[in-house]
Amino acid sequence: MSARKTLAVILGSGLLLGSAHVSAAPTATMLADTCAGCHGTDGVSTGPATPSLAGMSETYMVDSMKAFKSGERYGTVMGRIAKGYSDEEFKLMATVFAKQPIPVTSQTTDAGKVAAGEKLYGPNCEKCHDEKGGLADDDAGILYSQWLPYMQYSMQDFMAGSREMPKKMKKKVDALSDAEIEALLQFFASQQ
Amino acid sequence: MNKINRRNFIKIAGAATAASAIGFPMIAAAAGKKQVVIVGGGTAGATAAKYIRRADASVEVTLIEPNKDYYTCYLSNEVIGGGRKLDSLKFGYDGLRKHGVTVVQDTVTAIDAKGQKVTTKGGKSFSYDRCIVAPGISFVDNIEGYDAAAMEKMPHAWKAGAQTALLRKQLEAMADGGTVLIAPPPNPFRCPPGPYERACQIASYLKNNKPKSKILIIDKKDAFSKQGLFTQAWDRHYKGMIEWVKAVDTGGGVQSVNAKTGTVSTEFEEYKPAVANIIPAQVAGSIAKTAGLTDDSGWCPVTGKTFESTIHKGIHVIGDAAIQAPLPKSGYAANSEAKVVAAAVVDLVNGREPGTPSWVNTCYSIVAPNDGISVAMVYNLVDGKVAKVEGSGGLTPMDSSPEERAREVQYAYSWFNNITSDIFN
Repeated sequence: MSARKTLAVILGSGLLLGSAHVSAAPTATMLADTCAGCHGTDGVSTGPATPSLAGMSETYMVDSMKAFKSGERYGTVMGRIAKGYSDEEFKLMATVFAKQPIPVTSQTTDAGKVAAGEKLYGPNCEKCHDEKGGLADDDAGILYSQWLPYMQYSMQDFMAGSREMPKKMKKKVDALSDAEIEALLQFFASQQ
Repeated sequence: MNKINRRNFIKIAGAATAASAIGFPMIAAAAGKKQVVIVGGGTAGATAAKYIRRADASVEVTLIEPNKDYYTCYLSNEVIGGGRKLDSLKFGYDGLRKHGVTVVQDTVTAIDAKGQKVTTKGGKSFSYDRCIVAPGISFVDNIEGYDAAAMEKMPHAWKAGAQTALLRKQLEAMADGGTVLIAPPPNPFRCPPGPYERACQIASYLKNNKPKSKILIIDKKDAFSKQGLFTQAWDRHYKGMIEWVKAVDTGGGVQSVNAKTGTVSTEFEEYKPAVANIIPAQVAGSIAKTAGLTDDSGWCPVTGKTFESTIHKGIHVIGDAAIQAPLPKSGYAANSEAKVVAAAVVDLVNGREPGTPSWVNTCYSIVAPNDGISVAMVYNLVDGKVAKVEGSGGLTPMDSSPEERAREVQYAYSWFNNITSDIFN
């Protein structure tokens, strides 16, 4: 880049920034780092009630944050925090977590329930939560090795209606017993 | 405290000159390597150390901290209430060493802003390109008679560790029917909801073990953090057990203590509680004053964008010691400030303009075994100052359900697991 061109670029960006009341958007890393206090460094949660964000697709993360912000998705504290960011900022922070590999947790699970869950997984969940809940391209929450208490809270919210289920999911969930749902969650949590 | 008169000032100065003539062992900077020295290994200092190394492993980071281990203040009220072991709050520095941080166990005695050099009690000297000062708090002598000896009789337990254990021990030893007196400090101070969560935790213990006992809070303030939610919790879980007295009703709260007789006095009254938890007024950790980083308030003025001292260039002050309002003096805020400053320092030592900051805070208080409340806020930079993002944050609703409150307790524990791992691992 020539010196004159560099100067022109600097002046141009200076003018753009100068007109804004609030400064330019923070970097993706700056934004994603604010999540770490509750969701772990790089979104790898040490749990157990707060989920790992690492490995989530950008679409799922942005949709989730928008839903928290609007109140469409229930949360105790997440909605209050989501209101502090713009949609553009959600997109930026989502890029950081989407680049991370899906973390593997070490949790105590019940072998019997895990086995029962494995049988239920194929016919009930696999279509939208492929690869045992570990396919980010499904644009669904990462369930693979996800923290069990987090998933239990999520299912409570789905079943109480405080978080809306996709129609296909509702049909499946309505047909399952509480014990079967617990078995499925144990199956996802047990993945290594 | 040692008085410095003219004669012994010359002696001290003379000794210092002699020492520099011999020469402090200067830690030589590797050619071209950028040096960052961090003073204090608490939440802010330790987070900054890790995040600088993560952002640029070519930057050499030295963290100087007097203690071998760190005890978090957060969740220490559960230790006082008996529901948690003190050891669960203890964190070492091996995790930071794995990130390539040089951890030095020593006490910083001077920071030379012009010479860009930090000197320690152990006689070492460290030069820096950028210095980060995170000394936490020190106490102000605002209560007559509350000296070092009195602290051993009437613990403040406002720095976690031995003081936390001492207060717990006193509660265990007290007879049923006694009064626990808590004297919260004036604003600003570390962990604004802390004294009131502590009242809950102590009440929870007393309710189950010494139900005839009472808690008397004699405040230096007329209002406090999460007041509505705390008052609701006291009424809901500990009815008739906790009395809060605002400053205006006592002529300004506790004025003096007598550790020998065990008395605590306000302007109008004298109390003889079974256990006294006296929390003095606070200012920035003492090295901040020694280094000339504090203003008349006793805290450190900093810029909003990079938390660089407005008094001394090249030094950034983070955590409780900084004048960081509207960010609170909390663990999460310290962690968040540290990341912003880590990114800024990496930019600055590499000759780049620091980027736009973003901060967050969430503070949980556990008011009963299955009842948690929180306050949260997102912050950005507006006109060069830290500002609350309009419409964000706020408190747990007063009418949230028992299930929601129980969840907040679990989120508090998960926050603790994650933030301590984010700081120390």
